[in-house]
Amino acid sequence: MQLYLPIADIPVNVFLILAMGAAVGFVSGMFGIGGGFLMTPLLIFVGIAPAVAVASVASHIAASSFSGALSYWRRRAIDPALALVLLSGGTIGTALGVWTFTLLRSLGQLDLMIALSYVVLLTTVGGLMFWEGLRAILRARRGVPVPMRRSGSHGWIHGLPLKMRFKRSKIYLSVIPVITVGLIIGFIGAVMGIGGGFILVPIMIYILRVPTATVIGTSMVLTLVTMVFATMLHAVTNHLVDAVLALILMVGGVTGAQFGARAGQKIRGEHLRLLLGLLILAVGIRFAIELVIRPDDLFTIREAGGAA
Amino acid sequence: MILRVCLAAIGSLLVLAATPARAERLIVSVSNHRVTVTPNYSGEELVLFGSVEKDASTPATRSSYDLVVTVSGPRADMVTRRKERKFGIWVNTDYRQFLNVPTYLALFSNRPFDAIASPEVERRQQLGLNNVLLTQRVGSDYADVVPNDAFRSAFVRLRAEHGLYREETSAVTFLTPTLFRTGIPLPAAVPIGTYDVEIKLFADGVLITKTETAFEIVKVGFEQFVATTARQDGFVYGLVTAFMALMTGWMASIVFRKD
Repeated sequence: MQLYLPIADIPVNVFLILAMGAAVGFVSGMFGIGGGFLMTPLLIFVGIAPAVAVASVASHIAASSFSGALSYWRRRAIDPALALVLLSGGTIGTALGVWTFTLLRSLGQLDLMIALSYVVLLTTVGGLMFWEGLRAILRARRGVPVPMRRSGSHGWIHGLPLKMRFKRSKIYLSVIPVITVGLIIGFIGAVMGIGGGFILVPIMIYILRVPTATVIGTSMVLTLVTMVFATMLHAVTNHLVDAVLALILMVGGVTGAQFGARAGQKIRGEHLRLLLGLLILAVGIRFAIELVIRPDDLFTIREAGGAA
Repeated sequence: MILRVCLAAIGSLLVLAATPARAERLIVSVSNHRVTVTPNYSGEELVLFGSVEKDASTPATRSSYDLVVTVSGPRADMVTRRKERKFGIWVNTDYRQFLNVPTYLALFSNRPFDAIASPEVERRQQLGLNNVLLTQRVGSDYADVVPNDAFRSAFVRLRAEHGLYREETSAVTFLTPTLFRTGIPLPAAVPIGTYDVEIKLFADGVLITKTETAFEIVKVGFEQFVATTARQDGFVYGLVTAFMALMTGWMASIVFRKD
């Protein structure tokens, strides 16, 4: 069934988009991530303008993180104080990100920057995760117990001033690194059309040392608010949010996520990390190939101020 | 909008010769003056038909006519960019801005333009995509460039690939020596707005008379409503979209609630 997307300005097959939403939802439910880093590239690959894909995926991530955040809230697995401090950085980062997005778009370099950031971020994070998962599996196979991560090298972060007590997470931490992390995630989220959960969760666990019990719930709150904010800003400044596209993605995404979550519980943790690492790495490499091979057409037309 | 439609209708019915000194008169009409594009619109073809009216002063020796129909859609500024390899990756480098150029442009005739008129007339009357004026901004200058300019030809080629620029030198058919018709194909991605149709009559390589008509393309339905709101009311649109996202998330958490 063909449907005309009003903002993306192209006709698409509804079932294709629905299936993409469900597939990404399945993966995101399985790994406990938002899935924006998969959704945005998929939309770009089916021919939706990168700018529209980034702006529309923001609202799609808002939907999936809201349903996640609600269930974590019921389980009291969200640290409100930590979420608030993260958000103060996150909103500024998002605003900066949307501003950068608008600027790059007027310079004609937005598509390139989106592709480049994907290559750098995804190959790095994917590579690290893959390596880490592989080592864990090899260790388990040799029968060596997985060593507990002990504190040590990150002492300087705990020496920073402006310390604050986060009761539910039971940590005593300076607000400076927390705000900085929020700022960075908000910024890359708005520019790249990702929630940033797959970067935020490791940072919170390994650098900020937030206990795992509150990590995912709290990171979902940050994702939720920054993505709602990004949707608003993209709608007001660039008029690029395609609500029809977003709605199809949301419906597919939230459904797929339920089945993904069930599948995820059946797989061992290190295998899950290895798979996720591979997936992230593959998307990054796909973007890298796109950049280095000669494009079919060296010329592109863009209506001054238009979407495509 | 209604006024414009009326004007277009009147314009097409009561067409008078632009040069009264000449003896011929053109009477034309298009099959539909208002094309509505619905969400499942997949392209359509309008038909333009008309006749050449002779009168007593028409030279008796004049036997055959040539017709050139130019359809130009709403105008907009467009940017054409060229990618170049830099540090091993393909980057947009140079660009040209095309000012106030038609978003849709179609030229139809009954035989090749170079058979209808001399190169000089072709240029002056803008016959063919190579001769249509496409103003570019090059630095601080405004000018059209030679037809084989890389940016100009890429621009025309890319528009043609989407069916938005076209040139067909056998599209106009004469049913009788004075009665003619041509189809105007409108692809799915056709821009909305007012389309001007200019019909030029040639005989023996000389422009005898010309006339104009117009039609309008409007998009209707939910999709158009969404697009208009997004453009004009970004804030409300953003709020509604964000609210929709939250509702979907909330619904999902209720439907799939496990505890």
